Amino acid sequence: METSNRNIIEEHLKKIRSSVKDGIDVDTFPIMISKQLSLYYGDFKAVNEASIPIFPQTVTAVIGPSGCGKSSYLRCFNRMNDYIPGVKIDGSIFLHDQDIYDEDVDPVSLRRKIGMVFQKPNPFPKTIYQNIAWGPKINGMKDHMDDRVQQALEKAALWNEVKDKLHQSGLSLSGGQQQRLCIARTIAMEPEVILMDEPCSALDPISTGRIEDLIFELKKKYSIVIVTHNMQQAARVSDFTVFMYQGDVIEYGPTERIFTRPQKKQTEDYVRGKFG
Amino acid sequence: MNSNEIQYEKHLAFRRKKSRIFRHMCLAASLFGLFFLGCLFYNIFSNGFSYLSLNFISNFPSRFPEKAGILSAISGSIWLMSLTALFSIPIGVAASIYLEEFAPKKAFMKLIEINISNLAGVPSVVYGLLGLAVFVRVFGLGRSILSGAMTMSLLVLPVIIIASREAIKTVPDSLRYAALALGATKWQMVKDHVLPSALPGIMTGIILSLSRAIGETAPLLVVGALGFVAFTPKSPMDAFTVLPIQIFNWASRPQAEFHKLAAAGIIVLLVVLLIMNSIAIYLRYRFQNRNK
Repeated sequence: METSNRNIIEEHLKKIRSSVKDGIDVDTFPIMISKQLSLYYGDFKAVNEASIPIFPQTVTAVIGPSGCGKSSYLRCFNRMNDYIPGVKIDGSIFLHDQDIYDEDVDPVSLRRKIGMVFQKPNPFPKTIYQNIAWGPKINGMKDHMDDRVQQALEKAALWNEVKDKLHQSGLSLSGGQQQRLCIARTIAMEPEVILMDEPCSALDPISTGRIEDLIFELKKKYSIVIVTHNMQQAARVSDFTVFMYQGDVIEYGPTERIFTRPQKKQTEDYVRGKFG
Repeated sequence: MNSNEIQYEKHLAFRRKKSRIFRHMCLAASLFGLFFLGCLFYNIFSNGFSYLSLNFISNFPSRFPEKAGILSAISGSIWLMSLTALFSIPIGVAASIYLEEFAPKKAFMKLIEINISNLAGVPSVVYGLLGLAVFVRVFGLGRSILSGAMTMSLLVLPVIIIASREAIKTVPDSLRYAALALGATKWQMVKDHVLPSALPGIMTGIILSLSRAIGETAPLLVVGALGFVAFTPKSPMDAFTVLPIQIFNWASRPQAEFHKLAAAGIIVLLVVLLIMNSIAIYLRYRFQNRNK
């Protein structure tokens, strides 16, 4: 079964590659790929047959005006939409060669591999240490917890700021620190993919800059998908960009090309700031 | 000053006056209740205070007012409340967790929800009749503490469920998503994040509903609590009396001395209630600060 999935993915990837002018200069097999994924809220179609690959150790940015379906689409990648009543999903998303919407896939173990950072920093109302340690603990990774916590905080560039107050509440940190704590919490799970849903929209420019630097560091190890309505941010941090409008993926391609030589009129209008 | 401003000034004075009158009306309304509560306290304390003593608490009821005490009623109330708490808290909290976190949002669930709200408004004597028919007769538990506690559990369950659900609803979804996104199961999410955050509200609901139950008389009269018990219960199957029934019994006797005993009993009941409410406030305060 997995080989047949692999063929489907190869076929699908070929199709996506051929639709991107100038091609994609990445040869690796995508870590995730979405194939004609549609999402409905009741009768309303919020995402329409979206197909994009996520390549390992790259940052893929999803941009588009408010209400274009980009956050709904992002939540499909770790099945967070499962908890929203009235949501129906068609199509598939593959992680390696496994369709995550297959009946035998357990969303709980899926989310261990695909972490998520939310729009508003949402640390647990517990200590900084517990914020990091909880994820590994509930997933049965209980050994060397102190090292785990330290490494996660170091990777999230937060260790130096909090090493003396690990047992204070996570809520005592500033907004930007809280968001980095949430990123650290995600990293502690050692996921393969990190999804970020407008992680800087509630932060000031300095904190935003720090998170962007962090994203740049993190992509050495992880694959990152980031939803943002800030086009400059997409241009700064991402390798690939997806432009969505009214539920459709209008254009996908290398970031540099999307911003300098977009193929579609709508993309051009949006990245030039004519609407949105 | 033009005419507009003159009009404005006149109107402003009028508005200020209306605001003042409204304020005093509200003040009067809040003092109204306090005044009558004060009258009640005065009446009870002036009648009952002379009978309050250690003997009153450590003696059994007696036909001689000066020897009569409230020990069997206090121990009956403690037995009854402990068992009621034991039955109703786990069931009530578990039911509210199910309804809030697990239940599919279907029409059937709506029906259950509406029924629970309705049950909270059913007169307590009806629960007494139910307890008499089911626990005393069908289950054959007799006129025991166990029957009484099970009846009381039915009475407080809807209130506990409603209060716990409200407390669980106030936990922000962002916390749930954070837990789920880390690969938690729903149980792990509920146990480690939802319940701790909702705990102050749940505790308050539980203690307030139990304080209501400790003052209930009607259902226990129906289930068969006795008016005169000269021993402390040793097991859940023993016969029993509780504070409000003992008070009711004394108050319905013709001799004036027993009326004073009833007043003294009311003071004891009020003190127990005050203690329970203080615990509720303390717990809420403790847990709220723990999460900050």
